[in-house]
Amino acid sequence: MKLDPNCRYDQEHEWVRVEGDEALIGITDYAQDQLSDVVYVELPEVGDTFDQGDVFAVVESVKTASDVYMPVGGDILEINEALEDSPELVNEDPFGQAWFVRIAIADPSELDDLMDAEAYRAYVEGLDE
Amino acid sequence: MKADFGIRCSGAEPVIYELSKPGRMATTLPQLDVPQAALPDAALLRDDVDLPEVSELDLMRHYVRMSQLNWAVDIGFYPLGSCTMKYNPKVNEAAARLPGFARTHPYQDVHAVQGNLRLMHELQEMLKEVAGFAGVSLQPSAGAHGELTGVLIMRAYHVARGDMQRTRIIVPDSAHGTNPATTNMAGLEVVEVPSDARGNVDLAALESVCGETVCGLMLTNPNTLGLFEEQLPAVMELIHGCGGLVYGDGANFNALMGIAKPGELGFDVMHFNLHKTFSTPHGGGGPGAGPVGVAELLVPFLPGPVVALCRCEEAGCDCQEEEGVHYHLVMPEQSIGRVRSFYGNFGVLVRAYTYMRALGAEGLREVSEMAVLNANYLKTRLAGVLPVSHQRTHMHEFVVKGIYPSAPDVHALDISKRLIDYGFHPPTNYFPLIVPEALMIEPTETESKETLDAFAAALRAIGEEARDDPELLHEAPHTAPVRRLDEVRAAREPILRWQGG
Amino acid sequence: MSYVPHTDADRAEMLAAIGVERVEDLFHDVPASSRFPELRLPEPLSEMELMAELEAMSEENMDVGHYPSFLGAGAYNHYVPSLVDQIISRSEFYTAYTPYQPEISQGTLQSIFEYQSMICALTGMEVANASHYDGATATAEAVIMALNVARGRRKKVVMSPAVHPEYRAVVRTYTQGVGLQIVGDEVGSRSLHDVASLVDGDTACLIVQTPNFFGQIEDLSGLAEQIHAAKAMLIVVVDPISLGLLKPPGDDDADIVVGEGQSLGNGLNYGGPYLGIFACREKDMRKMAGRLVGQTVDADGKRGFTLTLSTREQHIRRERATSNICTNQALCALAAGVHLAALGRKGLRLLAELCYHKAHYAAAQIDALPDYEVLAARPFLKEFVVRCPVPVSEVNDYLLAEWGITGGYDLGRDYEHLAGHMLVCVTEVVPRGDIDALVEALAEVAEEVGR
Repeated sequence: MKLDPNCRYDQEHEWVRVEGDEALIGITDYAQDQLSDVVYVELPEVGDTFDQGDVFAVVESVKTASDVYMPVGGDILEINEALEDSPELVNEDPFGQAWFVRIAIADPSELDDLMDAEAYRAYVEGLDE
Repeated sequence: MKADFGIRCSGAEPVIYELSKPGRMATTLPQLDVPQAALPDAALLRDDVDLPEVSELDLMRHYVRMSQLNWAVDIGFYPLGSCTMKYNPKVNEAAARLPGFARTHPYQDVHAVQGNLRLMHELQEMLKEVAGFAGVSLQPSAGAHGELTGVLIMRAYHVARGDMQRTRIIVPDSAHGTNPATTNMAGLEVVEVPSDARGNVDLAALESVCGETVCGLMLTNPNTLGLFEEQLPAVMELIHGCGGLVYGDGANFNALMGIAKPGELGFDVMHFNLHKTFSTPHGGGGPGAGPVGVAELLVPFLPGPVVALCRCEEAGCDCQEEEGVHYHLVMPEQSIGRVRSFYGNFGVLVRAYTYMRALGAEGLREVSEMAVLNANYLKTRLAGVLPVSHQRTHMHEFVVKGIYPSAPDVHALDISKRLIDYGFHPPTNYFPLIVPEALMIEPTETESKETLDAFAAALRAIGEEARDDPELLHEAPHTAPVRRLDEVRAAREPILRWQGG
Repeated sequence: MSYVPHTDADRAEMLAAIGVERVEDLFHDVPASSRFPELRLPEPLSEMELMAELEAMSEENMDVGHYPSFLGAGAYNHYVPSLVDQIISRSEFYTAYTPYQPEISQGTLQSIFEYQSMICALTGMEVANASHYDGATATAEAVIMALNVARGRRKKVVMSPAVHPEYRAVVRTYTQGVGLQIVGDEVGSRSLHDVASLVDGDTACLIVQTPNFFGQIEDLSGLAEQIHAAKAMLIVVVDPISLGLLKPPGDDDADIVVGEGQSLGNGLNYGGPYLGIFACREKDMRKMAGRLVGQTVDADGKRGFTLTLSTREQHIRRERATSNICTNQALCALAAGVHLAALGRKGLRLLAELCYHKAHYAAAQIDALPDYEVLAARPFLKEFVVRCPVPVSEVNDYLLAEWGITGGYDLGRDYEHLAGHMLVCVTEVVPRGDIDALVEALAEVAEEVGR
């Protein structure tokens, strides 16, 4: 299982990478592996606002559609349009090219609710047992 | 018995556009026998329409060859759980094609279509009798359409009473996906309740969600595990006790004809699947028919028009129609409205009517008894081969876990695909969701003991293959017209129409 | 007769294997007080007796084969070539289920793919689904799709009063629980321009029909531009036969095209089973309801077909599915595909023209009668409105009783201002002699009943 030490994680397997007041959000390597081949990612519109824990995207494999939740609340500044034509990026490079959205963080204190990479690894290992 | 697709169809069938050659045509049209009129302004017209051009023989061969790539009930066993793939009697087809039925227009005056209306009325009456309801509308055109109708009826009932806060529909976790989807379409909210260890609705969980916001419960009985709800009276009491209504998903009614009437069991509304229980063909995905039956209190809300019988020669009749007209189309007073154009899938109704008249009361009860006998017999024959989900007496179907203890890498999907090589259609896969690796098996009453024995033997043999040569299963089917299809590619780069070359 | 193959010996062996004595023992979970109720149904009949009774029942009807009919209004008497019934009568097609196992359903899947392709060609759209129950429910599903494309943020729907009254009724039935404002058809007559002007920033879609319920061809040019400016969707209801001749709505930038496909290879059947046509743009396809077949390859790289984009559907998305639809009208879509392929590029055009010329001949003859007037200010295809000198029900009673002719549709049923107006439909199946008979009969009606 790949992890990015520069990200924080929530229990629904989203990652967030903070860059100043903004952040990139995506789903983890563990999540993409559970989903198997991703065939489509439904993204929000730029300008939408979501609270922490809101569903902001849906990621689909052939036989499943899974909600993606906001690890921290904020406004959508940018969506990753590359995912539209190349959903397989989610499987190939979940922490890199397959970021979902860039947001303006509403409340940085919400980041404190999230796990760091090591805590997330322990969390996932707990799930698999 | 082995499938022989490979012999009949060695090459891929071209798409019809690939057979096209300019100038060909597969039908003839009459000469114009009136003067030509000037066509409308050219701006309103098209230059061309990109349809294939083929000869009649090419067209026939194309479709006949395509038909040979299909599995079907008339080819072999089709134990698809929850779908009731019974034999489709041929007299039904002959009846539906009688020109007096087939060549009538839905807007003909009622006195010109008394035969149609009589058939529809008698079908309404027979369905009422078999299920114990006070009213039936034949308009809904499929099971899911009947569900939407039923849920809209429940909603309308509460709204008419000013009970506006009843916006929640309770759905068990074993339910078909149409139940929550229907609830959402009707603008209502889904509340899911779990099943207990015996496959029943968990009563404590049900009680905890009952209250004055409950519109109703959607209950499939027997449920999707093939089990009759053991605490049905208690379930009814809880829902009715909190002011809710109970919707019956009639997908599994093939287990109940002459066995129990849902109306008497406490169901307030139920849809029938005429294409399951009443032997009308599935058509490769329709047309079906999903009439809805209701208890007395919901009769005014039925969608319409429905057919009413009025004997005009009787004293006191106020229908004021000319003599000889007994059947009328009427809109129930507080109707939810029409759920489609016209009156329903009439051609399908003719088939179901024909079936019920051929069987009568005893025949219908025999159908349900034998459907249940077949399911329990097949389950017995599979003992020690694949584990059944619940150790109870089943109704018309049962669910096994598609895992051979000796071959953990082989999944329900692999077993299904290998069954194809043995000349059987696979059971329903991965449903209900609450059983891992589910294989849902519904043999139906029209299958013989020999067929059931052969199917059980195939699953036993596949178990041995799974242990000795799992790759054989992972790569199955081997004898079908095509091998496993790349569904990921189909979904990632959808090609949904022919785009040339 | 219950089509059960078991002999007494089979039953005994099966019961013994299960370990119960009698079949009744399998039903102990059913509450005893409700178990084995009496069913009061007619006695069973042999096939021969049954067919005799059904034949007699069917002959109580005055079918269009024996009584020339000028009824249309959403259900059309077109000729169905013999090969259509031959093909849909093949058990391999009609006794199959929905093609969930693609390896052994390539026939159904490929035929749907071809149907989708031909519907796209016909409508000028990019994606067509495997079908809905009929034109009315396809229209209602189009409205729901428009609401979903607007992500639930728009709550107004505008409908032209010239859309089929039953389609408008079904839109209302389907959406009664979701709190919509449906406007446009409060009045019986409203120009396309006036209807379009009701579209605003809260509107999810505009629904128009062409040819409309009165048979008139609507000019859609420029309409989509206006609707798209308000970020709403344009839904166009069509008659597929008309698309042999008329510009497809796709060329006018429609977002969703729906229609009643019965005219293609499906008989009248007293109103069903029919065929809901549904087509849209590729960009919106994931909000579309219904089954879709896609092309792909198998493990050997050979072309094959499979159901795809299934995550839209109820069995996966449950309460968040685009619709609850599963069973649709697959066999009717097969019939439509066969008919379209049989007609082909030239035939569909010829068929549409036959209807056009015959309808115009009929209209001219009727309009020449002193007591009748054809409302023909706008172009029409195969249906037109006639003002009658006496109530339409009286005209029709006379036509049937004295001439054995089934007259047109009484527009006063749905449109107050059109009381006394008849919608007359003429298709290719009506020979000139029947048209002339209708004209003569109408003249007689005016004299006999009008006096």
